[in-house]
Amino acid sequence: MGAFALIGRFGGFGSRDAGNGVRGGDFQEAGDMAEAVFFWIFATILVGSAIAVIVARNPVHSVLFLILAFVCAAGLFMLMGAEFLAMILVVVYVGAVAVLFLFIVMLLDVDFARMKQGFVQYLPVGLLFSFVVGAELVWVVSGWAVSPKAAAAATPSGTISNTAALGLVLYTRYFYFFQAAGMILLTAMIGAIVITLQHKAGVKRQDIGAQVARTPETAVELRKVPSRVGI
Amino acid sequence: MDLSAYLTLAAIVFTIGIAGIILNHKNIIIILMSVELILLAVNINLVAFSTFAGDLTGQAFALFVLTVAAAEAAIGLAILVAYYRNRGSIAVEDINALKG
Repeated sequence: MGAFALIGRFGGFGSRDAGNGVRGGDFQEAGDMAEAVFFWIFATILVGSAIAVIVARNPVHSVLFLILAFVCAAGLFMLMGAEFLAMILVVVYVGAVAVLFLFIVMLLDVDFARMKQGFVQYLPVGLLFSFVVGAELVWVVSGWAVSPKAAAAATPSGTISNTAALGLVLYTRYFYFFQAAGMILLTAMIGAIVITLQHKAGVKRQDIGAQVARTPETAVELRKVPSRVGI
Repeated sequence: MDLSAYLTLAAIVFTIGIAGIILNHKNIIIILMSVELILLAVNINLVAFSTFAGDLTGQAFALFVLTVAAAEAAIGLAILVAYYRNRGSIAVEDINALKG
């Protein structure tokens, strides 16, 4: 994690406001080079694991490569100075969503070899389509740069951490969006439970209403038992 | 690194996600994973713009995208489990009961 801290200090939000005079030119240069090295490492692994997700024969391998892709994306977020989102990506995605995928893949006993059949047949169409889409996207995007004046106008102060700054925005300006996100998660949770819940017939369940409605008259029966006879 | 490097990377990951949907059109689990890849590319875009423009709005929206993606994965996998329980198969070509 030492390298990450170094990158975070030299390559994160702080290094954008060049010319504040505190940092020396050598430090700035070394930080930029380290950021570039880590960017290429993470980007290469991200693209490679993303390709592995879609071409792997075994879906379990696909899920594991998806986890690798998320971890690399978290590293890229860290390089960009978005520490909170990097942590959320690792905790929520690797910890919850990817494990959910892993559970489902292992839970369902499916013939995955049959599902792989159309792969070669659709390979030319898929490659052509994705090449066109990717070329258009890269063409549009590769020349993009933010005007230095715009960046200088809105750069947040370096005194508070990324998490605190995000919280300040999230709980004030985007409070209703935040509440709506919570409602979406609640709805998804209830929906997933309702969809997968199944009532088995012939299983005794607790009926609280029936329990509460019992009175001594319905629950207790008094009988006169004759001696040496029994009931 | 400059903004265009991150945007190009996000474009490549987005394209890989689309290719995954086309190539694995019979396996709905891989399709769901490809959708996750696409949403990841969108998040990389949002965070890159947020960082390089110095505005935290992009990161806030990336958080909301993460929320919706998690909900989508949970609901999608729940539907998958319920469908498998009813039909014994999750092949996309078998899912034609509605006859759209």
